Amino acid sequence: MRVKINGEDKDTSAKTIADLLEELEIVPGRVAVEVNYNVIKKADYNNFRLKECDIVEIVYFVGGGDKDFKF
Amino acid sequence: MEDKLIISGIEFNSRLWVGTGKYKDFEETAKVIEASGADVVTVAVRRVNITDRKSANLLDYIDPSKYKILPNTAGCYTVEDALRYSRLAREAGVSDMVKLEVIGDEKTLFPDVIGLLKATEILAKEGFLVFPYTNDDPIMAKRLEDAGAVAVMPLGAPIGSGLGIRNPYNIKIILEASKVPVIVDAGVGTASDSTIAMELGCDAVLINTAIAGAKDPVAMATAMKHAVIAGRMAYRAGRIQKRLYATASSPLEGML
Repeated sequence: MRVKINGEDKDTSAKTIADLLEELEIVPGRVAVEVNYNVIKKADYNNFRLKECDIVEIVYFVGGGDKDFKF
Repeated sequence: MEDKLIISGIEFNSRLWVGTGKYKDFEETAKVIEASGADVVTVAVRRVNITDRKSANLLDYIDPSKYKILPNTAGCYTVEDALRYSRLAREAGVSDMVKLEVIGDEKTLFPDVIGLLKATEILAKEGFLVFPYTNDDPIMAKRLEDAGAVAVMPLGAPIGSGLGIRNPYNIKIILEASKVPVIVDAGVGTASDSTIAMELGCDAVLINTAIAGAKDPVAMATAMKHAVIAGRMAYRAGRIQKRLYATASSPLEGML
């Protein structure tokens, strides 16, 4: 399945957000995930099913706020 | 006497708040925060690098159990973007606090106060504790308070400019009218600027560039810590009136 993650097209076998984070080796605790412009609650990571062409954003906290990259 | 800053039931141990941008690395960021004595640190929300997962995490250096993490919406120019970043920040973090920025112009980084007011209204209704970065405009400060802001954060001068408190009289009027805490955001250039803000009666000062851009950031963080404490103490002590002519300090009685 092909999805867009942080602006890049990616092939993934992940079925849920939890799978995707595991595949990307991202610890869920300190990130937030958005799918198609909706923030997904951490409690829903196991249940939320990804679909073809989903637009996924995974963000975290960085030193702020300089005017650096933005999505 | 206890002089704690309390906002929406949250106790703050320091009246100096610091930003975490523009440092050379996380070690320096951590040292500066330690030296500043701040317990609130602002952070930005950005994409995780999904191709290089080895990069260090800011929160490995700033323990969220020790510091209050205040995410900002820096870089947001529209209400929609500011809402989006705020909602993501809440999910990524541990609190409902957001330092709301809706920027109006890239050159000045002045806030777009119309957008700011709209975003404040919406986020306050969603249960956010909104700290809006606003202009030194007393009417707008009042409108933001009415819209549900838990504090107002007027600028002293443009972000990163180091011009100090350019309109102390406006800040004074904001302070007189405001029922919520007033925190000067942006504009501080050196220690005396922080002291001036605190002497006016501001509840806290937020500093990033003045510390990060100093030749010795750790030393400047220490200076700012003392400057904020001095300004607050002077405010509470109550300064003397300014007079045009001298008033003698030593008695005239007993002179030869």
